[in-house]
Amino acid sequence: MMWNEMIETMSRADMHKLQSHRLKRVVEHAYHNSTFYRRKMQEMDITPDDIQSIDDIVKLPFTVKQDLRDNYPFGLMASPMSEIVRLHASSGTTGKPIVVGYTRKDLSMWSEVVARCLCAYGATKNDIAQISYGYGLFTGGLGAHSGMEALGGTVIPISSGNTEKQIQLMHDFGANILCCTPSYALYLAETIHASDIPLEEFKLRIGVFGAEPWTENMRKELEEKLNIKAYDIYGLTEICGPGVGGECECQNGTHLWEDHFFPEIVDPVTLQPVAPGEQGELVFTTLTKEGMPMLRYRTRDLTSLNYEKCACGRTTVRMGRILGRSDDMLIIRGVNVFPSQVESVILELPEFEPHYFIVVDRVNNTDTFQVQVELRPEFYSDGMNKMLALKKKIAARMQSVIGIQPDIKIVEPRSIERSMGKAKHVQDNRKLY
Amino acid sequence: MIAKQLSIFLENKKGRFTEVARILGDAGINMTAFTVSENSDFGILRLIVSDTEEAIRVLRDKLYGVSVTDVVCLRCPNVAGSLAKAMEIITANGIFVEYMYAFSEGETANVVIRPDNLEKCIQVLQDNKVELLGASDLYKL
Repeated sequence: MMWNEMIETMSRADMHKLQSHRLKRVVEHAYHNSTFYRRKMQEMDITPDDIQSIDDIVKLPFTVKQDLRDNYPFGLMASPMSEIVRLHASSGTTGKPIVVGYTRKDLSMWSEVVARCLCAYGATKNDIAQISYGYGLFTGGLGAHSGMEALGGTVIPISSGNTEKQIQLMHDFGANILCCTPSYALYLAETIHASDIPLEEFKLRIGVFGAEPWTENMRKELEEKLNIKAYDIYGLTEICGPGVGGECECQNGTHLWEDHFFPEIVDPVTLQPVAPGEQGELVFTTLTKEGMPMLRYRTRDLTSLNYEKCACGRTTVRMGRILGRSDDMLIIRGVNVFPSQVESVILELPEFEPHYFIVVDRVNNTDTFQVQVELRPEFYSDGMNKMLALKKKIAARMQSVIGIQPDIKIVEPRSIERSMGKAKHVQDNRKLY
Repeated sequence: MIAKQLSIFLENKKGRFTEVARILGDAGINMTAFTVSENSDFGILRLIVSDTEEAIRVLRDKLYGVSVTDVVCLRCPNVAGSLAKAMEIITANGIFVEYMYAFSEGETANVVIRPDNLEKCIQVLQDNKVELLGASDLYKL
């Protein structure tokens, strides 16, 4: 089933034409309505007239996460606030979140792309979807919600958490689609198996999982444990949220909705485009967004693109698995965590040495997040309570800056490795890529 | 009457205490008394040694997190009820004991105490004729 068959099966030549037309329009819009983009283009000595086709995209400047931080909160908006009808935000590195704004048209485009994903997974208006992504500033909950409504299905807007109730309602309401992070899905699966309700009494058939990287092994485990087909939904707040792309029934790559989000793969060091099919950093240009257009936004996700027609009949480009990141961002329990955030907290507290080591793992399908710290010599003390109070103090500060609380482990002086070059700050044992 | 106690931070790892004992032994430093307070991550080894300054030097040399705390050591007969008597004096004077540990040798018992108010603690014990052990005597035990 396709939601928008004309677009999803469009010939490459027609897609090229459509993208060219839309790129010209979005560049003009950004240039004339955003000081940020106009200044960047002027610095490179280009004007909208230099953009005549999608191939000219390489002339445009890149946009990075730091630009969003530097221009917090609304500096990248290209529509007046009177036209912005919704704000979303994701966690930032210094306590300031990344903020995105949507016009009414942006929201309707977003619902459309999520509906395309749902349709590609086999969802119909007869389905009942339990949305167990968090609702709020996070794009996951409301993104999946509006896509399902656009499709015409029934939405259970339960949000995340309260697992016992999740299972009860999933059972009682006969939900057949589950939307959440893959790690939460595993937790739900285990809770179902530990409950009195047999799996056969659930009607689940499709899982819509995203917001964090996951593996083929996790897919297999989820499909077996929940007796469903599990599909990836890809997205990022800066571009619009979930729905930038999704898998089809072939489960062989994530179809990107490239009539709205134009993807490029560049070498993360030289920033030059790589040969078709080669790996590199994924870069998106939003072709239709009004509120906050993104020109050549560097996602930092490493992957490759496949332009061959899919067995499902779609001609849209497919993205391979995410192979890693070109920066040091970690996604822990769905929260974006940068080691620099941990560092900033340690540097502001006088009791701690400016060294740290982060250990991330996954135990019982839940991410663990440990930060090892050393005390300055004069703060190692004879009092157990004093030491525990220090642990609490730094953990609480990290919670407020990062958004999740790490398990703090005080270690012996100089036991954290000092390195001459680039220090190794992270050990991620999860093997997600 | 004030004695110096060392506190050493130890991660809960195999062989940490063995190493401390070896370092002190090699430096010719004797341990008079010690106690360990621990949680799931780490322990704090509190000890009285024959040469506090030298112990700090060799331990810091080996990168241990070491701190020094003032404590008082009282001495009482090693018989039932004698510690209770001393403790009642401390409590009656509104002094809170953060931690304490004891060791006995034949007829006498020695109790190392870390009170919240050290000076007052020494004062009230002396006023009540409780025997306190001088630092130099304690280090020699």
